Amino acid sequence: MNNLARKTVLDPLFENNPITLQVLGICSALAVTTKMETSMVMCGAVIFVLTFSNLTISLLRNNIPSSIRIIIQLTIISSLVIIADQFLKAYLYDISKQLSVFVGLIITNCIIMGRAEAFAMQNEPTMSLMDGLGNGFGYSLVLIATGFLRELLGAGKLFGYKVLPLATEGGWYTPNGMMVTSAGAFFIIGGFIWALRTWKKDQVEEEG
Amino acid sequence: MILEHYLSLMVKTIFVENMALAFFLGMCSFVAVSKKVSTALGLGLAVIFVLTVTVPMNNILFNFVLKEGSLVWLHPNLATYDLTFLGFLCYIGTIAAMVQIVEMTLDRFVPTLYSALGVFLPLIAVNCAILGASLFMVERDYSFGESIVFGLGSGIGWFLAIVALASIRERMRYSNVPPALRGLGMTFILTGLMAIGFMAFSGIQL
Amino acid sequence: MQHSSLYTIVFAGIVCVVCAILVSSSVVSLSTLQQTNAALDKRKNVLLAAGLVQPSEKLTPAELNDRFRVIEPVVIEMATGMIVPEIDPSSFNQRKSVNDPKTSQVAPPNSSRISRLPNHTVVYQVFNDSRELQMIILPIEGYGLWSTLYGFLALGADTKTIRGLTYYQHGETPGLGGEVDNPSWKARWPGRVAFDDNGQVVIEVIKGRAGSPQESPYQVDGLAGATITSRGVTNMLQFWLGKNGYRPYLEKLREKQPPS
Repeated sequence: MNNLARKTVLDPLFENNPITLQVLGICSALAVTTKMETSMVMCGAVIFVLTFSNLTISLLRNNIPSSIRIIIQLTIISSLVIIADQFLKAYLYDISKQLSVFVGLIITNCIIMGRAEAFAMQNEPTMSLMDGLGNGFGYSLVLIATGFLRELLGAGKLFGYKVLPLATEGGWYTPNGMMVTSAGAFFIIGGFIWALRTWKKDQVEEEG
Repeated sequence: MILEHYLSLMVKTIFVENMALAFFLGMCSFVAVSKKVSTALGLGLAVIFVLTVTVPMNNILFNFVLKEGSLVWLHPNLATYDLTFLGFLCYIGTIAAMVQIVEMTLDRFVPTLYSALGVFLPLIAVNCAILGASLFMVERDYSFGESIVFGLGSGIGWFLAIVALASIRERMRYSNVPPALRGLGMTFILTGLMAIGFMAFSGIQL
Repeated sequence: MQHSSLYTIVFAGIVCVVCAILVSSSVVSLSTLQQTNAALDKRKNVLLAAGLVQPSEKLTPAELNDRFRVIEPVVIEMATGMIVPEIDPSSFNQRKSVNDPKTSQVAPPNSSRISRLPNHTVVYQVFNDSRELQMIILPIEGYGLWSTLYGFLALGADTKTIRGLTYYQHGETPGLGGEVDNPSWKARWPGRVAFDDNGQVVIEVIKGRAGSPQESPYQVDGLAGATITSRGVTNMLQFWLGKNGYRPYLEKLREKQPPS
C-alpha cells in the first residue's frame, strides 16, 4: 500500500475519527452499544455500506447531475442498506431481530452521507474505497470500545458470557444501571473525546 | 373526545417520548449545531417544518402504495402485492425532496440563516429523527390525523431539546472547562445529563 | 457541471432501475430462506415458552420439528372460546385475517395499541402420552416502547399458573426493553399465578425486585431502565387474559369440557 492509501485508511482511527472529531454517526453509537454482539454486527454492516457506497458514488461522480445529487446518493445508500438488511434476516436471524430498526437507520447514519459528499464526490474510486474502509474502522473503534465498557460495567458480561460475578447470583459486582441507559454512552464517549484530545492536542477546540 | 386523544398524543410526543432525549435520534446535528441559540432556533424550526410535512406524506405513501393489498385502487389484481421492503427508499425519497424545497426556500428568502446552517441543512435529510419518525408512524400504524400530530409533536420536542442545549452551551462559555473537554466533549456530557433529566417524564401515564 | 434536463431524467431513471433490480432480486432470492428462518424461530419460541427447549440449547431444524410433535395447534373462536376444527391451523394466516374486516373486528380501547382483533386465533395445546392436557400456549402481542412485542404465554392445565413467557419478535432497545429476551428475566415467570381467587387478572410486572413465586405469586421483577416496556408487558397480559382475549377459551377449559 502506498503512503497516501495508508494515510487514508489509518487517519480516521485517531487523527480524524468520524465520531469524535467529525461529529458523525453518533445516534447508532448510543443505541446499539449496550452489547458487544450487536455493536460488532452494526460495525460490519456500516463498513459494508460505507465502502460500497463510497466506491459506487466515486465511480459515478462525474456523471451525476448536480440538481439530483443528494437523492441519487440516498438511493444508492438505501439500496445497499436494504440488501444488507435482507442478508442479516436470512443468515443472522437472531441478531437481526435484536438490531431491529437500527439497521434501517444506517441509511441516516451521517458518516455515510458525510463521506460521500466530502470525499467520494471529489476523489477517484480506489481512494474512496480506502476512505470508506478507514472511516468504517474509525467508527468501529469507538463503537467496540463503548460496547465493551457498557456491557462490562452495565451487565458484567462480554458477548453474553459472564465476566464479573453478579451480586444477584452470589458475586460481588452490582451492575451499573446507568451504563445500560444512553446517558452512560454519552458519558463514555465524552470521556473518550477528553482522552483523545489530551493525547492529540491539535484537536482541542478554540474558545468552546 | 378526538381532541383529547390528539392532545395527549401531542404532549406524549413532545415530553415523554422526546425524539432527541428519549430516543436519541438526530444526534449529529443536535450536537454540532447547538453552539449558538440563533442557529439552533433556525435548525429546530426547519426540522419542525420537515417533520410536519413528511410524516403525513409517508403515511399516505404507506397506506396507498406499499402496504400489503393497498394497490387495489389501481387494479384489483394487484391485491396480493406487498411492497413494504421498498419502504426505506420511498420514505427517504419524500424526505430528500422536502429538504431540497426547504433549502431552496431558505436560500431565496433568508440567506443569512442558509449560510449559518451550512452543511447541516442538507444533512436534515439524513437526520435520523426524520426517518425515525416515519418508521415509528409505520410501526404504530397511525391514521392520517395522528401522523400530522405526531410529526408536529416530534419536531417541537426536538426543537425544545436543541434550543435548551444551545442555551446551556452559550452559558458554558464563561466556565472554566479543561481544554481537551472543551466543545464536543462537554456537549456529550451535558446531553447525558439532560437525558437523565428527561427520564423523569417516562413515569407519566397519559 | 451542467447537464441537460433530458440527461438528468435518463440518469435518474437508470439509477432507479438498477437499484430496484438489485434490491428486488436480493429480497426475492432470500425470501424463502427468511421465511423458513421465521417459521422455525416461531416453533422454537413456542417450545421455549413450553419449557421443552432450554434457552442455551442449539438444535437442528430436524430436532426442533421432532420436539414440536407433542404440541397440537388448534384454531379457536375468540368470542366463544370454542375450538373450530374446520379451520386448518397450519394454513391459517393470522396476520392476514386480522386486517380483513370479514374475519376481524375493531378492538375496544386498550393500552396495548391493539387496533384489530381476529375472530379466530391459533393456540397450542400440549398433551402427554395419556392424552391429558399439560399446558396451553397462547399467542399475545402488545406495544412496548418502540414496537409491538409478539410472544407466547404458557399456562398450566389449571389455566391459572404461568409456565413461561417468551417474545419472538420485538423492536425494543437492545439491553433495556430488549432484556425481555434475557433468560434470567424469563426464569422469573414459571410458577406465578395470573388470576386471583375471584378470577380477576392480577399478574403484573412491578418496578424493582419481586420475591419468589411463593412469596409474590402475582408479581414479576421489572426490567431495569425499561419502565415503558415493562408496563407494556403488564398491559398486554391483562388484555389477553381478559374478556376481550382468551377468557372465554380459558373458561371453557375450566368447565372441564374435554376439547373436541
